[in-house]
Amino acid sequence: MSPWRNDRLLAWCLRGCASIAGLIILLIIGFLVLEAIPALQQVGVSKFFFDRGWHPSSLASEGHFNLAPMLAGTLGAAGGAILLAAPLGIGAALFCHYYAPPFLARLYRRLIELLAGIPSVIYGLWGLVVLVPLIRQLEPPGPSLLAGILILALMILPTIALLADAALAGIPREYTQGAAALGFSRFSLIWHVALPAAKSGLLTGILLGTMRALGETMAVLMVCGNVVQVPGNLFEPIRTLTANIALEMAYAMGDHRSALFVSGLLLMALVMALITIVEILKPKSSL
Amino acid sequence: MKSWSGITFTLWLLIIVTALPGCNSPDRPLTLTLTGSSTIAPLASEIGKRFERQHPEVRIDVQTGGSSRGIADAQSGLADIGMVSRALRPEENNLYGFTLARDGIAIITHKDNPVQQLTDQQIIEIYTGQITHWKEVGGQDAPITVINKAEGRSTLELFLQHFSLKSQDIAADVIIGDNEQGIKTVAGNPDAIGYVSIGTAEFDAQQGIPIKLLPLGSIPATIENVRKGNFPLSRPLNLVTRMPPEGWVKEFINFAQSSQVHDLIKEQYFVPLEK
Repeated sequence: MSPWRNDRLLAWCLRGCASIAGLIILLIIGFLVLEAIPALQQVGVSKFFFDRGWHPSSLASEGHFNLAPMLAGTLGAAGGAILLAAPLGIGAALFCHYYAPPFLARLYRRLIELLAGIPSVIYGLWGLVVLVPLIRQLEPPGPSLLAGILILALMILPTIALLADAALAGIPREYTQGAAALGFSRFSLIWHVALPAAKSGLLTGILLGTMRALGETMAVLMVCGNVVQVPGNLFEPIRTLTANIALEMAYAMGDHRSALFVSGLLLMALVMALITIVEILKPKSSL
Repeated sequence: MKSWSGITFTLWLLIIVTALPGCNSPDRPLTLTLTGSSTIAPLASEIGKRFERQHPEVRIDVQTGGSSRGIADAQSGLADIGMVSRALRPEENNLYGFTLARDGIAIITHKDNPVQQLTDQQIIEIYTGQITHWKEVGGQDAPITVINKAEGRSTLELFLQHFSLKSQDIAADVIIGDNEQGIKTVAGNPDAIGYVSIGTAEFDAQQGIPIKLLPLGSIPATIENVRKGNFPLSRPLNLVTRMPPEGWVKEFINFAQSSQVHDLIKEQYFVPLEK
């Protein structure tokens, strides 16, 4: 076999793998749409945003199907978590790279990796028995948007920290050496060289963290209270789109079931919108 | 041309992948499928395991999905037996029902809550948001945290039906999925009130979890009272079939109703019935 033929074989295999991966996504979206169509037809798109509340019933004419409060809850919890976790995660990575002695940095990295490996239901349980009672002492009832934000921030912190770490490690040596040669202080090196150079990687980390926060179900279900409402403050309970599906799917029939697929579709649309925005924000050629 | 062969290749792979699970061996054991109530499912699978040991030629496959699914699957024939954790409704009288055991719902509060009893009217007013403070029912100086079950659960349905409420009327502070989540929430909040399966509640209270089961209509919430049929907020756990049971289905239902499985029913903190 000539090397040329080998090349072609490999190209074919890779092409096949790539199309399968792509097809799976398309199949999932297709399946979601297919399952959601009955509700979209029976209930109508506008009712999902302007109905009187979420009191689904297996007959569209009897129920109310407003998903807007859950969309607000999802965005609130994930947004709050990112605001908390992004500076902490990037700060942790900067500490590892530029300030910590090597042995401490290594230990710290292992610790963060461990944090990333804890299953979400454990975070949820901890939140339910420790965090929620603490928040209740501040302001009842306890299960709240704040609890969700704190738990989610804890969960996505390692994702952001590890990816920021990798992004900082990927900065070409010449950059930092050049900066050092110019007599930059450590702070200016970080602020003017490292962060701009790693911007693309840091954004990817934040994006992946946001995705995990949007999609997280079990922990959020356990600490957020799951009341369908637009939260007026941090201490009010919320329900996210994912928790809505997890709470009700097992018991849903007919249009109620279909409406849950609509909430899945909405979540999917949210994620796709987010990826698009980040694609636009990202520097076109990373270095 | 190049891209077309790539697509054909992918399609073939997909066909192979999707066809694989379809290859069932022809001489597999006979399978009885049970679907429905998540309350009954753990019990049914325990009973199923014991039944399989006695009859190796039969497999019992238990899937959850709620009582409504049990009804729907039995009616459509998707399942051999449906599991329904409530009394059958008049419009469901085309199904054949067999009661396995009973379960009750207990109103629970934190152990430290001084309120010892609530009238039905007080419970209704708490759940509809007319009473929002424990002081109004003779308790401590604290707002009430109302815990409700998620939409579609049969525990919620039974609760609503008993108190003649609509789910829209309920002003909940926390909405929970399963019983354990409810008990943990109440245990962590001295001002909370909730309702969960009486078997789970009595078991957890005995294990030292700080919850208290409130009497209902002055009848103490105990398994004993559920067995006697005295406790007002209780429900039968039913197996339902579309046709009069025969063959293995009949064997299984008879087995599930016999005293041979009473120990299993008690282990799940349900109440076995004397035949």
